[in-house]
Amino acid sequence: MNIEIISGVSVQAYIWLSLILFAIGVFGVLSRKNAIVIFMSVELMLNAANLLLVAFSKMYADTSAQVFVMFTMAVAAAEVAVGLAILVLMYRNTKTVNIDVLSKIKG
Amino acid sequence: MGITEIAFYILAAIGVISALVTVTARHPIYSILGLVTCFFSISGHYILMNAQFLGLVNIIVYAGAIIVLFLFVVMMMNLGEIQETSKNLIWKIMAALAAGCLMLVLVAALKVSDNLVSAQPDNNIGLVETLGNVLLHEYLVPFIMTSILLNAAMIGAVLLSNKENKLQNI
Repeated sequence: MNIEIISGVSVQAYIWLSLILFAIGVFGVLSRKNAIVIFMSVELMLNAANLLLVAFSKMYADTSAQVFVMFTMAVAAAEVAVGLAILVLMYRNTKTVNIDVLSKIKG
Repeated sequence: MGITEIAFYILAAIGVISALVTVTARHPIYSILGLVTCFFSISGHYILMNAQFLGLVNIIVYAGAIIVLFLFVVMMMNLGEIQETSKNLIWKIMAALAAGCLMLVLVAALKVSDNLVSAQPDNNIGLVETLGNVLLHEYLVPFIMTSILLNAAMIGAVLLSNKENKLQNI
């Protein structure tokens, strides 16, 4: 059963696209050592979720989902500011952003 | 095949390829360039779905603020390639397996879910006027909370990036 949300494109196509982007983000988080690239993969996953929310908001003709996406963007901006500050602090102390170095801080 | 369908597939291809570039590029600068391309393609999807406000906000917030922040940090650190360990390939295969399994679970969950029912299509939901009305009437308190959150994040970032000796004095 295909529901078109824009002419010619079903909501299933958007679900597939979001799932693929989300899986690519998970792959990036799991496979990379560079903390900055891991952070970017998290942003990618957030964006995939946003895309799915907007697609469903279009399907159900509901504005609340789009407002929620706006809040997600605000939280993402806050997360990036604090996360990059932590990364800068880590770089200042260890002169690298390799996450293997962080295994030293286990208690 | 209509024009919107062609636009959807082109934007989807650009998004997926640039996302792959983001997670596989050796140098962080190329990752950032892939990420900004991916964000632009997602903005294109928003505009395709007539969510004009979110399309513009996505460009301003992600491409304008977040990417510049990433670029600034990478250039400030002057990072090259990180020496990856010899177990790198096994690690990557395991990561790809885990991501594939996650996607399989999500697809399976979608397959067994109930049939989707659509509402009456409404082309006005993504416009600035509609979103502004909803945001400033129903969601006024969360909207104000967001400003407090951003303020707290800004103070936290400034506090964290201070020199260590100043941090101890506080």
